[in-house]
Amino acid sequence: MIDMKGVHKTYSNGVTALNGVDVHIDSGEFVYLVGPSGAGKSTFVKMIFRGEKPSTGIVKVDNKDLSTYKERQIPKVRRKIGVVYQDFKLLPKLTIYENVAFALEVIEETPKVIRDRVMEVLDLVGIKDKARSFPDELSGGEQQRVAIARAIANNPKVVIADEPTGNLDPETSWGIMKVLEDVNNKGTTIIMATHSKEIVNTIKKRVIAIENGRIVRDEAGGDYGYEI
Amino acid sequence: MKFNTAKRHLREGSKNIFRNGWMTIASIGAVTVTLILVGVFLAVVFNLNQFASNIESDVEMSVYLDPTLAEDQVQSIQDQLESIDKVGSVTYSSKEEQLNQLMEDMGQTEWDLFEQDNPLSDTYIVKTSDPHDIASVSDEISKLDGVDKVDYGQGTVENLFAVNKYARIIGAVLIVGLVFTAIFLISNTIKITIIARSREIGIMKLVGATNSFIRWPFFIEGLLLGVLGAIVPVALVLGGYYYLSNNLTDNISIGFVEILPYAPFAFQLAAILLAIGAIIGVWGSVMSVRKFLKV
Repeated sequence: MIDMKGVHKTYSNGVTALNGVDVHIDSGEFVYLVGPSGAGKSTFVKMIFRGEKPSTGIVKVDNKDLSTYKERQIPKVRRKIGVVYQDFKLLPKLTIYENVAFALEVIEETPKVIRDRVMEVLDLVGIKDKARSFPDELSGGEQQRVAIARAIANNPKVVIADEPTGNLDPETSWGIMKVLEDVNNKGTTIIMATHSKEIVNTIKKRVIAIENGRIVRDEAGGDYGYEI
Repeated sequence: MKFNTAKRHLREGSKNIFRNGWMTIASIGAVTVTLILVGVFLAVVFNLNQFASNIESDVEMSVYLDPTLAEDQVQSIQDQLESIDKVGSVTYSSKEEQLNQLMEDMGQTEWDLFEQDNPLSDTYIVKTSDPHDIASVSDEISKLDGVDKVDYGQGTVENLFAVNKYARIIGAVLIVGLVFTAIFLISNTIKITIIARSREIGIMKLVGATNSFIRWPFFIEGLLLGVLGAIVPVALVLGGYYYLSNNLTDNISIGFVEILPYAPFAFQLAAILLAIGAIIGVWGSVMSVRKFLKV
């Protein structure tokens, strides 16, 4: 599903975020990305949805080399990938329904398909009753559910979650993890960057640890491995 | 673009008008105020221009003929006059007609004496197609055989033309300046409302929206802002000019101060204002979005 070969990334300010990353992630996997702040986790996930270009190396998603896409084709790359952020990134002036619908309007689905699918995913993440509310009327956990609903609305093959529980209290975090597991159980590949030792050690999945821009550990069912 | 997507853009663009409440009011206000200024100014300048043109078109020259000419020679001069390119119209006026005109103008009594021995000449009244050619045509005519003298108010006419010319230049400069100020003011206000939404544009891109998908609702929104802002100025122009053309013409006009007729002038002016509003609205919003699309 996702392949990286010899990926280096040096930002224009001289900071090297990735320093030779090789990884293969299969379709349907659930992968934790762990490591200290500044280790390169965010850059790693940005490589996948083309938030940044690698300085050298190859990034393949769904067997397609991302560097073959032209600048104006980037939206197409992003439609195959759902992204969930720590700060939710919902559109503040749109209702919950419209926020999720946006992801489908972008791919020019028919109004009927949009209506059905939006209600379906809102139901899936458990906030169907908030469809008409605006983001700032919701709690953090609820907003993150909306973000997940939006990320999975157009049936992407991969969902990337960049510290999805970073702004949430532990209890709410478990709810979000439950939703992500449900999504994963339906066959969607999930890559989740996280700092949560509890989650990683409790819900056992493949763990990829990044330090100083390199993968230092990659084990199925691994531990978080860092003391907080 | 699919039909449903077009509908979606229209819907979103219109919704944004309401959802951005105060920003919308600020933008519409800026459009309204500047367009009122532009409208009033355009009405004044166009009327002054028309007024100047009217005066200029009254400029004519009198071609006094040699009193000894025979009738067929007088006719041949008319032919020669009419054959000059820039000549618009040639009217004959005999010396009797000239005297009558003079007596009418000055009061009859003192002139009775001259009816016996008319000292005036037979005259052609010549107008040029373009009033500005009067001097050169006058030179040409005065060289003709049998022409005694050509008079078009030398000096005064040149002054009139000069004054009109500078007035027109000043008017044009002011109009251009005002329109540019309007464009700047309006597009700046719209820009501020969009800068406030730059984060949203970034999010849309992350969700996989293409640039044009993001741009269209802003296009619609800008268009609506411009058109909504033009409503009051258009109404003012139509109403105010109607009032003026009814009252001013009836009371003051002695066939001298005559403003441009309500139809079509007021409608043309209204259309110009509407077009300026729409174009500036679209331009302001599309240009502002452009900056944030490069994420």
